Amino acid sequence: MTHRRHAPPLYGVMAEFENPTDLVAAARRVYSLGYRRINGYSPYPIEELSEAIGFTHTSLPLIVFIGGVIGGLSGFFMQYWIEVINYPLNVGGKPYNSWPAFIPITFEMTVLFAAFAAVLGMLVLNKLPQPYHPVFNAPNFALATRDRFFLAIEANDPKFNHAEVVELLKSLDALEVNDVEV
Amino acid sequence: MQDEAQKPYTEGPMHSTTPMIDPGLTFASVTDKISSIVLKRKTSLAWFFGFAISFALFQLMLLAMTNLLFVGIGLWGVNVPVAWGIDILNFVWWIGIGHAGTLISAILLLLRQRWRTSINRFAEAMTLFAVAQAGMYPIFHLGRPWLMYWLFPYPNTMGIWPQFRSPLMWDVFAVSTYATVSAIFWFVGLIPDFATLRDRARSKPFQILYGMLAMGWRGSARHWHRYEMAYLLLAGLATPLVLSVHTIVSFDFAVGIIPGWHATIFPPYFVAGAIYAGFAMVLLLTIPLRRFYGLEGFITMRHMHNMAKVMLATGLIVGYGYMMEAFFGWYSGNKYERFMIWNRMHGPYHLYYWALILCNIITPQFLWSKKIRSNLLALWIISFIISIGMWLERFVIVVTSLHRDYLPSSWGMYQPTVWDWSMFIGTIGFFFTLLFLFIRFLPMISIFEMRTILPEAEVEE
Repeated sequence: MTHRRHAPPLYGVMAEFENPTDLVAAARRVYSLGYRRINGYSPYPIEELSEAIGFTHTSLPLIVFIGGVIGGLSGFFMQYWIEVINYPLNVGGKPYNSWPAFIPITFEMTVLFAAFAAVLGMLVLNKLPQPYHPVFNAPNFALATRDRFFLAIEANDPKFNHAEVVELLKSLDALEVNDVEV
Repeated sequence: MQDEAQKPYTEGPMHSTTPMIDPGLTFASVTDKISSIVLKRKTSLAWFFGFAISFALFQLMLLAMTNLLFVGIGLWGVNVPVAWGIDILNFVWWIGIGHAGTLISAILLLLRQRWRTSINRFAEAMTLFAVAQAGMYPIFHLGRPWLMYWLFPYPNTMGIWPQFRSPLMWDVFAVSTYATVSAIFWFVGLIPDFATLRDRARSKPFQILYGMLAMGWRGSARHWHRYEMAYLLLAGLATPLVLSVHTIVSFDFAVGIIPGWHATIFPPYFVAGAIYAGFAMVLLLTIPLRRFYGLEGFITMRHMHNMAKVMLATGLIVGYGYMMEAFFGWYSGNKYERFMIWNRMHGPYHLYYWALILCNIITPQFLWSKKIRSNLLALWIISFIISIGMWLERFVIVVTSLHRDYLPSSWGMYQPTVWDWSMFIGTIGFFFTLLFLFIRFLPMISIFEMRTILPEAEVEE
């Protein structure tokens, strides 16, 4: 390795666990010690884990609601504008603003926009697609999509002290503790 | 919640020996077993054989469509009293089949029916492919299919707009929204499994392919939290959507004034029929598939029993619908309505009507028996008969209502031509082509959701 002028940029320290119970227990302990820039990695969603790292709020429902409202309003007023203002057409003597007939499309547009808001909102909030991420450098990380559980304390945590963090994670039933470089 | 997955179901004696999934499964074995079907298992001769047949039939569809584009709708058997032949019927049939997938993936998710986990990915794929077939029929029925974009409201030099009071326009929005939402729901469900495949794949092209599709998914707790929320909200949106789609399809008929179409019972009756047909198709496909790929540990007898029961329940609703149709016809006191029912039972197409009653009302009654529900061959045959029955139901609704309307001078008969049948058989080929590709290249069971129902997934306090 060539000599570096600065310390090697460290993303954080990653601990590997055998089962979800150990991971959640470790995450709670680390959180209770005041670390906040922490994250867990698991092969399936674990409700307790996101609570343990203090991540319980997401604005996704609001985004989806706004998406649905925009979809519904644009669906209705598109029809209103076309049928009443721009291109009024007498169909069977019904009023131009025959709003009950506009409901099905209004509903479909509501669902369509809300669904896109849910998917795109989730991806944007998760900052996906993101082909490269430092955690992929962690040894055994490919097993995070099989049967291993990981906990990372990130280097930008205000309390981060490399030696202390390694010591702490080692004391928490971790199978392995490794540095993860950016 | 977790132990529910493993503990033998104690509600009745029949379930005491049928756990939801094989109790011996682990994170590793679930992951390896499902992903190896895609990544490691040698593609069998049977797969190539099945794919070849489907692909050949798919060519028949392309041939039928090309011919239709050159010659026109006259190729089909549709005529003036029966302007909607089996092509609109097939549209309704295919889209109905799709509904079971959304029911399994969305409605059963909201109802916390955890057994759905084993079959939802497959059922969603089935939905998507069935909707793809359905969508082609109305477009090719337009007469000038190349102008289908006129259905969309876009500013144009002709200065005209679609007519939004027509159920046919509602249909455009309902079906396209349904197809889009089903596709993104399916894709979102696949993201974590793409990551699993990316990490398991040995060859570079597959690593890159699945890596791109996984979009950098890394199983972060924050990501999972938002992901679960998005998935739940999508399920909540897909649930009213799926009900609305067949409701709107039924409006295509019910808003018309043809006797036999103009009935308020149509929306619920169509939705129940759709679920009925869809579950029949899911059983039709999963029974051979689980055996062929050795998935009995994932898709257990409990799934078969549950699906058979849903089929029985929706079948009874459909039976009630037939009864009410006949009752409305009589009770309306309207001579056209009364004639319509009489004509269904005794007219030129009476064989279709009685075959429909046999397939859709008599056959599912066998499902009351636990013995028959446990016999996979019997279940498969019943599902097959129901699929035919649901096709006949739409034939009866579309053709017998149209061929004898108010004016005897405009009465006629309808006979599908070889091109109608080519298109139908061709879409079956296209459906199976897509399905064969799906089971070869994508995990047919949701790996990450299977992990959540394992006993070791539980966090011990």
